[in-house]
Amino acid sequence: MIEYLTGIVLIIGSFFCLIAALGVIRLPDPLTRMHAVTKAGSLGAGLLVCAHALFYQQLGISLRAVSIIALLLFTAPVAAHIIARTSYRSGEAISDRTWIDQLKETAATRQGTNR
Amino acid sequence: MMTNTLFLSGACQAAMVMLLAAMIMLLWRLAKGPVAADRVIAMDLMSMLVVAFLVVLSIYTGKKNYLDVAIAYACIAFLGTITLARFLHRRGRNNDLQPPPSAPDSTKGRSDD
Repeated sequence: MIEYLTGIVLIIGSFFCLIAALGVIRLPDPLTRMHAVTKAGSLGAGLLVCAHALFYQQLGISLRAVSIIALLLFTAPVAAHIIARTSYRSGEAISDRTWIDQLKETAATRQGTNR
Repeated sequence: MMTNTLFLSGACQAAMVMLLAAMIMLLWRLAKGPVAADRVIAMDLMSMLVVAFLVVLSIYTGKKNYLDVAIAYACIAFLGTITLARFLHRRGRNNDLQPPPSAPDSTKGRSDD
């Protein structure tokens, strides 16, 4: 019974990883690509680690799985924030179809501060 | 020890095929990516997929030790992503080659997707 549950969670998780890679291919600029990576990629990898913990059902394995999920959930937003700030400052990261840029408006009203 | 159930074995193989297809798509983005930030993003997702692949391999072959490898790889991949992003940040600030962020023009047509 637990094998069927593990297999279903495995297929769902790898499907979300595939969706994340598809987003990296198809979305127009680095900020939206990072949106796909951070959300769908974390969900897919987290589901696969959950499937691993479901399959073995031991305390040590489950603790390691929880630590991997915590590591993914803590490091992905930090990395995404730093890449987003870098790509925004480089100036060529925004798609032409973007028509709301609130960070630019805020920086224009707040003259002299470091953007 | 292989996994004994036919369904679980097939599910592991399907998951590996999907993860490999995702990695191939990411390699395409890594080779093409117009901005350097695109390549950093592709490497970030690639490291996440390597962790996921190690976990699936641990279920498929029945060896639990791959999970420790996955923990170590997740730590090192985070450091690598942060280092690359900081490097790009510093290079863009020092050389000042990039133009400032221009106002996006919504009337302009798109050239590519």
